[in-house]
Amino acid sequence: MSTAKLGQPDERIKSESLATKLMKRPELGAIGGVVLVTIFFLVTADRTMFTLSGIMNFMTPAAQLGILGIAAAMLMIGGEFDLSIGSMVAFAGMVFAALTVNAGLPLIVAIPLTLGVAAALGAANGLIVIRTGLPSFIVTLAGLFVLRGAALVGLKIFTGGSTQLRGVRDAVEGDFLAPIFSGDAFGFLFDWLAAAGMIETFKSGAPKIPGIPVEIIWFVLFALAATYVLLRTPIGNWIFATGGDSLAASNSGVPVRRVKISLFMLTAMAAALVAIITVIDAGSTDARRGFMKEFEAIITAVIGGCLLTGGYGSAIGAFFGAIIFGMVTIGLTYTRFDQDWFQIFLGTMLLLAVIFNNVIRRRVTGER
Amino acid sequence: MTVPIIHMENIKKHYGNVIALNGVTFDVAAGECHCLLGDNGAGKSTFIKTMSGVHKPTEGSITLEGKPMSFNSPRDAMEAGIATVFQDLAMIPLMSVTRNFFMGREPVKGRGLFKRFDIDKANEITMAEMRKMGINLRGPDQAVGTLSGGERQTVAIARAVYFGAKVLILDEPTSALGVRQTSNVLATINRVRKQGIGVVFISHNVRHAMAVGDRFTVLNRGQTLGTARKGEISASDLQDLMAGGQELAELEGSLGGTI
Repeated sequence: MSTAKLGQPDERIKSESLATKLMKRPELGAIGGVVLVTIFFLVTADRTMFTLSGIMNFMTPAAQLGILGIAAAMLMIGGEFDLSIGSMVAFAGMVFAALTVNAGLPLIVAIPLTLGVAAALGAANGLIVIRTGLPSFIVTLAGLFVLRGAALVGLKIFTGGSTQLRGVRDAVEGDFLAPIFSGDAFGFLFDWLAAAGMIETFKSGAPKIPGIPVEIIWFVLFALAATYVLLRTPIGNWIFATGGDSLAASNSGVPVRRVKISLFMLTAMAAALVAIITVIDAGSTDARRGFMKEFEAIITAVIGGCLLTGGYGSAIGAFFGAIIFGMVTIGLTYTRFDQDWFQIFLGTMLLLAVIFNNVIRRRVTGER
Repeated sequence: MTVPIIHMENIKKHYGNVIALNGVTFDVAAGECHCLLGDNGAGKSTFIKTMSGVHKPTEGSITLEGKPMSFNSPRDAMEAGIATVFQDLAMIPLMSVTRNFFMGREPVKGRGLFKRFDIDKANEITMAEMRKMGINLRGPDQAVGTLSGGERQTVAIARAVYFGAKVLILDEPTSALGVRQTSNVLATINRVRKQGIGVVFISHNVRHAMAVGDRFTVLNRGQTLGTARKGEISASDLQDLMAGGQELAELEGSLGGTI
């Protein structure tokens, strides 16, 4: 029989301080990273980096990467990788541009079609992984090359030989859905703030930033939705269980296959969303779009506290991981450091994050 | 003798030309702990896998509460009230006790898009069920990885009981545990039995079986060697039956009667 009396905690377990409790959150590392990087740039960078326009400057690439990173984090929690998301950005960009420019379809048709194509390819990835039992690493590595090649070949077909497809902006001009996927949101608010003298303005009186770039809104909403799903729905519990131990999960009645395939579809659709936003923004697409983004997305997820072995991680962590990324890429231009320090920084950050996560995992599981 | 909850009659299981089970008859009644003893390779695992729906028997019948049954999957067996706690426990160390407890069967509240995991209710139930089993958690969000082997076993048992098990099959629950943890798990088995659940306790440790068992069935080379009630058989007789008599007696002699 247990010695502890009913209702009383076991005397051998020390009560935890708030600090210890926080230590166990997967996103702690990423939040700590944001604080450190902010301090670093506050000291070294030009002051304009932390003005409103400076913040928008680094948040925009952070958001584009973050949408991929959050999806990659959810897939990693579910125990799989997707190395094809970078190429998927190029492929989905090609599909989207072909639909809007070549086929002349309105966004209300082109966007669901693009997302649908991506989802189907994601499902194919998932099915191959499940059916063959091969590591997703190798299956999606094949996808990385196939989709990049398909984007290249497709672009040449649709343009008659070029690797760049232009004219997207003209094609979507005036479409009622365009403001949701391009440009800036809450412009009226910024106009009002400018008029009230609360934010910086140009001499003409127009605000220096016309609004919040839409990708930032998507990024924040996606992070919130992903966190809600992971922590507060049965599906979230299934994702953790699937990644933690798929056999145990499936023995307990978790639909492991469905969870994995859905997650592969999610990462592919996230890549398609990023493709749509950036292609409309640039007005054209090319075969190099999304190059190396698969690795950056995985790094974002790892900095955000995801374990490579699955079953542990957080969407909020990936959110902050992406912000670190954006701050460093853009932030270096505000300093006197050579831009090329970026990659060195990135690699070091990844290594530190992995080591840190490993320590955290031991704490959580009580391994000694 | 009350009517058994589950009755397995003359179960045979062949894998190609290997005969894993060659006519095993076994039953368990409500509130009873029936121990299935046997050495490694005796067919214990195959037998419980048949009982829990993992395998279909080649021959023989399964009767549940008087009705003939045929399980196509472990899920079928689970729904019929036969819960199995396998040695791997189906627990995920990185997840909290609550999340493990309700894995695959999460309580929900709200509707439509707002249908969500009712985590407060889940936490409350988990804490209460664990307290009933004599384990005081630090909190419902404590990771299963921080629990001891015995505690994990108890979580798995509590989970099976909470989800309405009529028959609880425990596959060597004490084999990897220390002395103290073993007695905790045995106490848990005792508690579960008193709630009217039929317990099937698989073990090769006679002392553990003697501590909680009401009846003992010995399996050897795919066959039942017989069933005895508590008090009708001594520990050393059981031990001999399990090992097939002869050899062990010789071994015992050379080891000075220490096993």
